[in-house]
Amino acid sequence: MRDDDKKIEISNLRVTYGEKEALKGISLDVYENEILSIIGPAQSGKTTLLKVINRTIDLVPDAKVQGTAKVDGENVRDVKSVYQLRRKIGMVFPLPVGLPLSIYDNVAFAPRAAGIRNRKDLDAIVEHCLQQAALWDEVKDRLDSLGTRLSGGQQQRLTIARALSHQPEILCLDEFSIAVDPVTTMRIEDVLKELRSQVTIILVTNLVQQARRLADRTAFLLNGELIEIDINEVIFSDSPANQMTYDYVSGTFG
Amino acid sequence: MINRHRLETLSEPVLEWVIRLCGISAIIFVFGIFFFVFREGADFLFRGLDLVEFFTSPEWYPTSVSHKRYGVLALIAGTASVTVLAMVIAVPFGLGAAIFVSEFCGPKLKETFKIIIELLAAIPSVVWGFIGLTIMNEMIIDLFNAPIGLTVLNGGIILALMSVPIIVSIGEDALKAVPDSYREAAEALGASRWQVIYRVLLPAAKNGLLAAVLLGVARAIGETMAVLMATGHAVKIPHSLLDSVRTLTATIAAELGEAPVHSDHYQVLFIIGVLLFSITFAVNLTADLVVKGIRQK
Repeated sequence: MRDDDKKIEISNLRVTYGEKEALKGISLDVYENEILSIIGPAQSGKTTLLKVINRTIDLVPDAKVQGTAKVDGENVRDVKSVYQLRRKIGMVFPLPVGLPLSIYDNVAFAPRAAGIRNRKDLDAIVEHCLQQAALWDEVKDRLDSLGTRLSGGQQQRLTIARALSHQPEILCLDEFSIAVDPVTTMRIEDVLKELRSQVTIILVTNLVQQARRLADRTAFLLNGELIEIDINEVIFSDSPANQMTYDYVSGTFG
Repeated sequence: MINRHRLETLSEPVLEWVIRLCGISAIIFVFGIFFFVFREGADFLFRGLDLVEFFTSPEWYPTSVSHKRYGVLALIAGTASVTVLAMVIAVPFGLGAAIFVSEFCGPKLKETFKIIIELLAAIPSVVWGFIGLTIMNEMIIDLFNAPIGLTVLNGGIILALMSVPIIVSIGEDALKAVPDSYREAAEALGASRWQVIYRVLLPAAKNGLLAAVLLGVARAIGETMAVLMATGHAVKIPHSLLDSVRTLTATIAAELGEAPVHSDHYQVLFIIGVLLFSITFAVNLTADLVVKGIRQK
């Protein structure tokens, strides 16, 4: 229906870790500038999907990938530079991973890796990203202190600032609110709403209500299979296409 | 039930004291060693030794009949030259190998490497000295057309070979202790393998890596038998890598058996022991302060 706007196209994607099948041949598209949330219980393959998209699946020794995942029409397995691909995608992990560097260096890490050396440019990027992640006011006076000394919620916003620092076109968040208190979660959700106009967001979450609040569309994954993907108005209605979706979303199951 | 509870309340403080004793004993041993070494040399140190001559004269003639001279400058220069050369070789090789083993090799190769490295670390120092005395000696004579192969170069290479396994295995442990999540996060930000290593892994593991290097240095300074055999045992300040030298440790090992107990010579050798002790202490202390300085930043 909106073929031109397809940012990511996944078709018949199958991933196995040794004997275990994590994704059993799923197909879905992500459109430009939407928030797609992916819900489902643990072990349903949500994180694996993200890892395929930015190819950090390469770091898992016994993982085998079949089928295709395309970003901007290009198969991720054929990209010339995996680093170029990863710079296009911002990634936020469940537990905040503050690199053992200063707050400034955490945010400046990716721009530096991409070759930006000019201190003024870096300063501008760091301030801009920290402001986007709603963290600037809290840390602007101590940019040189260690990122790992921040509180959990601040660290998670730091990782969001870091994920934005290389101006990604796609932002993937993997259960970002697991280690964050509800108030900070709401602040981060506000941040995401504002980012919607600039980037495509994939939001993997355990919280059904979060998917409902934030997403344009929602995909429901269960045991490595895509049960249903549709606009939120359908998924969270009384009559989604699949009864299991309804049960999961309404809390009868899962 | 009640008995068991009473046993627990009793055993807790007992255990606590046993552990406390273990900790205290380490300190007592260190001070004990220092004290007894110091006591053997203290008499001469305060009575007859000219400290200025001791530190500034390269003349070491402890057994001269007419005029005994106790200058250790040449010995210090010997120890320093061999140690510095060993570190110049061993630190880049050791750290490079640690990074390779920890980050670039597959699990099978890694196991093989670790076994070989541990084997290397287990070779007795006298065997290393033997290699220096025979193989290295001939190689240096052939390669550099030198009159003798028992030199700073020989001793430095032998010491480097002995320090590398320590630096590799401790350095590898330090790198392994860096959580994988750091690697993953850095890779996800588009950093290349090398950028991950020098931007994230090395800063994160710097304390452990520094400890690895220091243990290597400590081994090089303290090593006796190998350098005794490989450096030619000639008391002089070296002017090139192809000069023979003698180290502080080798002097003690070679002469203590010959020196009459409680003679001046005997006591000076113990003072050299105290000097060695102080050097190692200073190295460790500096390292500690450096690490603390880095941490506070």
